[in-house]
Amino acid sequence: MTRLSVLKTYKIYIGGQFPRTESGRYYSPLDAAGKPLANVCLSSRKDLRNAVVAARKAFGGWSERAAFNRGQILYRIAEMLEGRRSQFVEELMLQGSSEKAANQEVDLSIDRLVYYSGWTDKYQQIFSAVNPVASSHFNFSVLEPMGVVGVVAPQNSSLIGLVSTIIPIVAGGNTVVVLASEKLPLCAVTFAEVLQTSDVPGGIINILTGTEKELIEQFGSHMDINAVLYAGDTAENYKTLQVLAADSVKRIVKFKLNPSDETAENPYLIQDFQEVKTTWHPIENIGGSSSNY
Amino acid sequence: MSTKQKDIQIPDFRFTPTIDKVGVEERVARIQTRSIKGESKIQGMKMVLNMIDLTTLEGKDTPGKVKQMCYKAQHLHEAYPDCPTVAAVCVYPSMVKIAKEALGNSNVKVASVSTAFPSGQAPREVKIMDTKFAVEQGADEIDMVISRGKFLSGEYNFVFDEIAAIKEACGKARLKVILETGELVTLDNVRKASEIAMYAGADFIKTSTGKIQPAATMQVTYVMLMAIKDYFNKTGIMIGMKPAGGISTSKLALHNLLMVKETLGENWLDNHWFRFGASSLANDVLMQLMKSKTGVYQSGDYFSLD
Amino acid sequence: MNKNQSTKWNLDPAPESAGHVQLKTQYELFINGKWEKPNSGKYFDSINPANEEKLASVAHADENDVDKAVKAARHAYENVWSKLSGKERGKYLFRIARLIQEKAREFAVIETLDGGKSIRESRDIDVPLAANHFFYYAGWADKLEYAFPNRPVKSLGVAGQIIPWNFPLLMAAWKIAPALAAGNTVVLKPSETTSLTALKLAELIEESGLPAGVVNIVTGYGDTGSAIVNHPDINKIAFTGSTNVGKMIQKAIAGTDKKLTLELGGKSANIIFEDAPIDQAVEGIVNGIFFNQGHVCCAGSRLFVQEGVAETVIQKLKDRMDTLYVGDPMDKNTDIGAINSKKQLETISKYIQIGIQDGNEIYQSNCALPSNGYFCKPTLFIDVAQSSQLVQEEIFGPVLTIQTFRTVDEVIQKANNTPFGLAAGVWTDKGSKIFNLTSKLRAGVVWANTYNKFDPTSPFGGYKESGFGREGGLHGLEAYLG
Repeated sequence: MTRLSVLKTYKIYIGGQFPRTESGRYYSPLDAAGKPLANVCLSSRKDLRNAVVAARKAFGGWSERAAFNRGQILYRIAEMLEGRRSQFVEELMLQGSSEKAANQEVDLSIDRLVYYSGWTDKYQQIFSAVNPVASSHFNFSVLEPMGVVGVVAPQNSSLIGLVSTIIPIVAGGNTVVVLASEKLPLCAVTFAEVLQTSDVPGGIINILTGTEKELIEQFGSHMDINAVLYAGDTAENYKTLQVLAADSVKRIVKFKLNPSDETAENPYLIQDFQEVKTTWHPIENIGGSSSNY
Repeated sequence: MSTKQKDIQIPDFRFTPTIDKVGVEERVARIQTRSIKGESKIQGMKMVLNMIDLTTLEGKDTPGKVKQMCYKAQHLHEAYPDCPTVAAVCVYPSMVKIAKEALGNSNVKVASVSTAFPSGQAPREVKIMDTKFAVEQGADEIDMVISRGKFLSGEYNFVFDEIAAIKEACGKARLKVILETGELVTLDNVRKASEIAMYAGADFIKTSTGKIQPAATMQVTYVMLMAIKDYFNKTGIMIGMKPAGGISTSKLALHNLLMVKETLGENWLDNHWFRFGASSLANDVLMQLMKSKTGVYQSGDYFSLD
Repeated sequence: MNKNQSTKWNLDPAPESAGHVQLKTQYELFINGKWEKPNSGKYFDSINPANEEKLASVAHADENDVDKAVKAARHAYENVWSKLSGKERGKYLFRIARLIQEKAREFAVIETLDGGKSIRESRDIDVPLAANHFFYYAGWADKLEYAFPNRPVKSLGVAGQIIPWNFPLLMAAWKIAPALAAGNTVVLKPSETTSLTALKLAELIEESGLPAGVVNIVTGYGDTGSAIVNHPDINKIAFTGSTNVGKMIQKAIAGTDKKLTLELGGKSANIIFEDAPIDQAVEGIVNGIFFNQGHVCCAGSRLFVQEGVAETVIQKLKDRMDTLYVGDPMDKNTDIGAINSKKQLETISKYIQIGIQDGNEIYQSNCALPSNGYFCKPTLFIDVAQSSQLVQEEIFGPVLTIQTFRTVDEVIQKANNTPFGLAAGVWTDKGSKIFNLTSKLRAGVVWANTYNKFDPTSPFGGYKESGFGREGGLHGLEAYLG
């Protein structure tokens, strides 16, 4: 006797919650054989707005956490992902991967999380500077997260593309609103479930499913998004994003790497979403041979 | 405590305003980029001459030396038309009488250091006697030193009371309080000591004895001028300022004068409110004045040394 | 009566001599190491804003001229500059730095004549910093592989650079020095009101023997700048100027592979706490807003004073303002010179009128202004509302708004409550408070117990609508490497 399996409802992830899209719409991505995979939320501009609100709210707390603590939390995501690896392998295979490729992708994703969890308390040391100014001042430059970062995830990757684009941004203390791959959305939603069971506070990573076409203008024009990483492959969308971004002098970065390649993990992807802040303070020279007092 | 302070509330000297030294250096550097030329330079140098306390404070001072200096004080200005005399001569208490007699009816005043100058390491009674002696000998002004050791160990009340006691001993003589800023080390301390001196009854605050380096740097003088300004804004009482030691060129003196103008304003540009404690400055001012008059650079050989 | 003009003792005029300065009556475009007449045959006048007299005619470059300049830059990049070793590139830059030092006084005088800033500032700040900037980046040219670990060193190609009128020579140095050190070639356009020091720099570059086409200088108006921005063979645009133009540029290059850095406007907060070194803070306020007539993108134009010291600070500020010398920029004693152009003076006057109409308390320096030229009195508006246009918009002139505050939280919120994020100032004696504020203020440069300090080693640039990318220091190299 065959048991009727329980199908999963793929919802979006905003502020640590799993709402359905407020628009009530869905779309059905197809598997390799052309069969519908599931009914996935077709997120609207209002969903994006809600996600930005959640991300903005979470930004202060996340950016002020100790770098060490951010590292621990990213590591915890890796642990949770490891524990649920079979589910991801299954979904990747559903979406057309071979078993071998699916396993490799999950391995790589877990390892990438571990990689960035180790960077959280180190990139500052690599990219900061003490600047030897000519006057009697102590001058140093540090990196600070930009704020709320929009991410348009790579289209041709379900899991490793998502992880490779959002994790360096989050590692640097930003909060993220990501639009998952339109064609391959399943792992993104399942990844949200991993996040929720890790120690990641709600609102730090917000995951939407839907179409680039519908949301790209919102990513570009939303005044409370500080930066956007575009990893899609539509030149026209990228241009639209850039044009609209100008109204709030938004930072736009294009993700040009192949996420499956090892070159797609490096601290410059963290630095891309950091501002450099330079602080000056006078030095009072008193006493000693150089004193002119 | 003198009568003028009766209604003034004495602040807690532990909490005087802080000073950022680098900011002070920048402000002073700005003043030093000012260009004082032409007529304004001549006029300024005449003012400088008129503000000088011609000083001899040596263990080897003798009546002869003091008399020569007093002669110079009265005749220096004759070298150049419309030149004023110096403001005062400044000597040890033992020389006050000699100076007073040598100066006769001239309007050059006699200032005397006192209170176990320059170290100030003597009991209060001795300091009071020292002061009273100088006043009795005819001193118009008393230049006292504060107890720097007590100040540095935080005994601000001791320092305050001592100044107040000396002020009382001064009678009609005006009291200049020497902070000896070179021993106070920080500008924060200079500010604090300035306030203590003013609230305790100083008529003038003065940077240095001339025995300790560094002495009257423009940074120190600036901090003291701003303390005077704040005191004036609070109480309406004008306090005089005397940088002493290290000001030996006309240019530096002129920049000091400009600093007074830009901080306290014109009312202080007068030898009742501003003095230079210096010995070699007078000759440099005269040389510069002669240069302005003749257009020729001058030699020290043509200006008397005493 | 001007309190400077006292009855007792006034400073005589101390004009800097302009006798040794060599200015031509007409300047052409500097393209491929030669002086080329503009395609259109058109010239415009460069005016001395202090007396409204014409200084020289300057060529107006059009698209064709820009195209010629870009071709020259491309040719120089492909054939000469990208093939040269870092060491040799560095030596050219060192040589340029030295030549600027040798001709420092001439540059300072021309900067002051052409732009209206006081000779003290052009002599003591603009010109030395420009030379130092070349010297600093000269040293990077053969050390680039140490700047960004594990990243191959790759120059970009041709950089199009557009600079403003507030620090003409210094901004040219900020743009050219890192670009060349990193191995790029340059087409630079100075502002139409202040072309002369850039053209003198072109003469100096000619003298330095820098290969033809490595630096091209095209003068003109916004249309010239737009021709640079839209030229298809430019790899990088670096712009310093207004936020509006910055947004236009960001839009214009959308969809292209041009790399972009923007250094735009600001409305920076200068915050004075009760425990600040008050007299130095007052100097910092003055330096923050009246430096270069307030024509400074990072000017501390919004003053926040904690209530307990507000009265004292404002009184001291007024007193200090009355001691500022406003007038002939060529006088060595002038603190505040001429407003750069008639247009800018009109903009500033418009804001002052708005402030008066809104019923704000106003204070202006007690000084007489020269009858000719474009001048503006240092101006305060006291107790201005956060929502006021004066607080929200960049004025780019000697106009300060003052707001009081009570708590740290309140002032951080108000300071950050702006689309801009260029700079901020914090004045307090307490270290932990400084670090709290410096980390929470959303601004690219934070001056703690000081203001308006610049150095070639120190990265400069903004958050939010103040632009992106940094200039200066190691971080400034990033803008010119691939």
